[in-house]
Amino acid sequence: MISTLGGFTLFLALGVTLYAAAASVLGARQGREDWLASSRNAVLAHFCLVTLAIFLLEYALVTSDFSLRYVANNSTRASLTRYKIAGLWGSLEGSILLWEWLQSLMAALVVARYSGGGGSEAPSGTRQLLPYVQAVLQGISAFFLILMAFGANPFARIFPVPPDGRGLNPLLEVTDMLIHPLLLYLGYVGFSVPYAFAMAALVTGRPTEEWLRITRRWTVVAWLFLTGGIFYGGWWSYRTLGWGGYWAWDPVENASFMPWLTGTAFIHSVMIQERKRMLKVWNLTLITLTFTLVIFGTFLTRSGILGSVHAFADGPVGMMFLAFLALVLFFSFGLVAYRSDQLKGHGELDSILSRESAFLLNNLVLVGICFTVFLGTIFPLLSEAVRGNKISVGTPYFNKVSVPLGMALLLLMGIGPLIAWGRASLNNLKRNFLKPGLAAVLGAALLYALGVRQVQVLVAFGLCFFVIGTIVFEFWVATRTRARMMGESVLAAFGTLLLKSRRRYGGLIVHLGVVIAILGIAVSSVYKVEREQTLKPGDRLSLGRYSVRFEGLAAGERPTHILVWANLQAFRDGRPLHELMPGQRFYPNQQSPFASVDARYHWSEDLYVILSAFERDGSSATIKVIVNPMISWIWIGGGVILLGVLVAVLPERRLALLALRAKAQVA
Amino acid sequence: MSWKKALIPLASVPLIILLAYGFWTDPRAIPSPLVRQAAPSFRLALYDGDPLSLEGLKGKPVVLNFWASWCYPACYEEAPLLEATWRKYRDQGLMVVGVDIQDKEANAREFMRRFDFSFPNGPDPGSKISIDYGVYGVPETFFIDRQGRIKYKHVGALTPAVMEEQVRAILRET
Amino acid sequence: MRSAVKASGLLRRVALRGRGGRGLPPLACLGLVIVLALAAPPRGEAAGEPARPPGGPPPDLEQQVYAVASGLRCVVCQNLSVADSPSDLAKEMRSLIRERLQQGKTPDEIRAYFVSRYGDFVLLEPPKRGFNLLVWGLPFVALLAGACGVYLVARRWTERAHQAAPALDPAYLERVRREIEERKGSTGS
Repeated sequence: MISTLGGFTLFLALGVTLYAAAASVLGARQGREDWLASSRNAVLAHFCLVTLAIFLLEYALVTSDFSLRYVANNSTRASLTRYKIAGLWGSLEGSILLWEWLQSLMAALVVARYSGGGGSEAPSGTRQLLPYVQAVLQGISAFFLILMAFGANPFARIFPVPPDGRGLNPLLEVTDMLIHPLLLYLGYVGFSVPYAFAMAALVTGRPTEEWLRITRRWTVVAWLFLTGGIFYGGWWSYRTLGWGGYWAWDPVENASFMPWLTGTAFIHSVMIQERKRMLKVWNLTLITLTFTLVIFGTFLTRSGILGSVHAFADGPVGMMFLAFLALVLFFSFGLVAYRSDQLKGHGELDSILSRESAFLLNNLVLVGICFTVFLGTIFPLLSEAVRGNKISVGTPYFNKVSVPLGMALLLLMGIGPLIAWGRASLNNLKRNFLKPGLAAVLGAALLYALGVRQVQVLVAFGLCFFVIGTIVFEFWVATRTRARMMGESVLAAFGTLLLKSRRRYGGLIVHLGVVIAILGIAVSSVYKVEREQTLKPGDRLSLGRYSVRFEGLAAGERPTHILVWANLQAFRDGRPLHELMPGQRFYPNQQSPFASVDARYHWSEDLYVILSAFERDGSSATIKVIVNPMISWIWIGGGVILLGVLVAVLPERRLALLALRAKAQVA
Repeated sequence: MSWKKALIPLASVPLIILLAYGFWTDPRAIPSPLVRQAAPSFRLALYDGDPLSLEGLKGKPVVLNFWASWCYPACYEEAPLLEATWRKYRDQGLMVVGVDIQDKEANAREFMRRFDFSFPNGPDPGSKISIDYGVYGVPETFFIDRQGRIKYKHVGALTPAVMEEQVRAILRET
Repeated sequence: MRSAVKASGLLRRVALRGRGGRGLPPLACLGLVIVLALAAPPRGEAAGEPARPPGGPPPDLEQQVYAVASGLRCVVCQNLSVADSPSDLAKEMRSLIRERLQQGKTPDEIRAYFVSRYGDFVLLEPPKRGFNLLVWGLPFVALLAGACGVYLVARRWTERAHQAAPALDPAYLERVRREIEERKGSTGS
């Protein structure tokens, strides 16, 4: 019943989508407002249909209707309801349905936001672009619907109906599963909107700055979700996977990182085009690359051509994704080529010593890192194709190549926001960079005096100090100036400043968050120490200032698994600190146990313990202890980034209200 | 559109071809550098109590199989074939040796009883032999000729056809 | 007020025309130098030697084991190093590494042993020879090419901005003229 209904709904949605795309293009070509209106309605109907499909699948998941193969594979009767719901994105078919739903949601939001040709506040030109934007968005939707109809049907039946399902991978039965994939998908899908606008701008022959203005907020919000998804994923894997790390340069992680890099480059280079009307082709290329990399990443995960933790099954889906990838590449770059005459920029630059140059270099480095990650990810394939030699390209490679690039980026992060547009005079440079530069040198010297001898750490810290210096300096000078000129209190001046140029100061806060995260990454990767030892009850394992005493083993039954854990007493400098209980989870359907990490999380350093092995009689346990200094700074940095983006994109009116209230309080 | 402009989108063709090539490769099939090399020597303390070393088998072709009782279903699929091959060719001088890796002894003995193993089997404490043979997982099987050289490595459950072909090959070599 | 600022910018640009342009762009150079300086990894690191804690004792055995193990792929895992993997085989590989280090084998010898058994696949970073040089070199070559490209483009733009041929660009001249008028007007009122 659900199977038939679900399949029918998806087919219907496919039909409606294709109609919406066709009607909007025809309507725009022939200037028929009624067709355009009909296409807008079709977009909304499409959204309703896909929503219905989601509800059907969720209903089947929650009620454990194992006549659907997808439900049988991704939930069990015993699962908690929230994990039954999360089963929707537990594997291939459902996650495509979720993706398509978000895609249809975006299209519907675009209609709602700009219906009737854009409303009063929409930038000019929206009206001309909109039909083609819809056509592109509906085209993307059509691909996902075709995928489900012919390759990965979430409503496929299974016969005979199994008495119970197989359930999610135990690693996925955690609350994080409810958040991380959604954030990532929202990020991925979000970038399709600026992409669609870019393509519409090319199709209509209006590749000027208007599509950038319209999509500015969409882009930043998509970037926020993608960033959030990446940070959250790192945090999740750090706390649960049990190897003490958060990022393994796995192909799938790279797949989310690459669009992030090009997306970040895009957000920056857009500012040059808005101001100077140059870099048109470059911006179109960047947004196309970002969207293509999203599809490429999905292709990597869904095709199984590269082994990966997150990889789903193979089958026709991989081929279909590749075909879509090829289509997107040809279509987008074909359009860019077709319109290349209109895109000839008349770039002008007052001086090479200017913010424009800093931004160009920033783009170069970001795209350079993206290229490195891309090359490293597909190089094993290339090596096999060309040389027949299977090789690995893993963490050491990516770290070695990307760390120096990251440092260069850090330097530019300090320079970019403060150097003058057009031409930076010596005075401008001295005023803005002398003090932060001094702070960087002094900070690095201080660290050297404290005994830090590693060049990489000193350089990283020096650059971080420099960037933080520039940001603090900028905030301070601007606040002071305003306070003096307007006679406001420092706090009020700071607040108004944030509100007055939210984009600029929000951006600076984002930079601050990135620096905090980079500090965490640098310190935790260089100064991480670990020790593994087999302990008898009463034995101690010491590592630096810490030690843990093994008190004994215990075991207990949990709703879905059996947990074996070690009772440990942790000490710091000989004083009792905390009890820690790292364990192993044994699931009935899984061959090997899963780690159950315990740790003392702290802003300065984490004490992270893993139970790696134990004797069944409890006579001994092998414990791995990792001390990860400043690793929390990564997550804190993520939080600061979130804050910065919110400052930059929250609607004007709400912030103004807040400001009024604050002013009232101050007064 | 001039042909020069067409080059822009066409630049992505090599990438698409490379990715498509990925469908014809198996990310799990990794060729062993040991093939056509001398088989690393090893000593095995057999489950029946006797010691066994590769040197002691000089001049005999050897089928060296890595298995584990927890390796289901692949090891369970090929186990009868191993025993049958041993019975069929032992008179022609073929040796079949099983190395049980990362196993519990009781489970291993149960496995051997279940498939009525009569060829020599032993555990691999510390996975020393497995690492020496570059074993990625179980089951894996090495076909070693009379000169003690590895002729072929098979990954995954053996099929009768592969077994027959490879055993004949190492028996033929003098 | 705003147009006045803009006009003064334009005026300055006109006044400055003909100056500058050539010579090394300090900013681009600085960035490049730093990239190149950092591209050569610090010495100890390159040889796979462990990071030493500041002022601490020479690396102990466990750190050496970690350094070797973190460069080897755990063959039964997905994309984890032998150092990080919780699997049994990785554990046994770590103890094998420890044993060999105690026997006085060098990290390179141990790595070579693993390669002789598992092939290059076991190394998490491709050895820097033959075809693999591509994966090591290409990012820097691409970056260098990109930097040159950026420099050339930026130079062309500055040259264009400083070109002493206003007649060639009447629209630009008109804009300047208009803004000068505007400025005159605004200061006059």
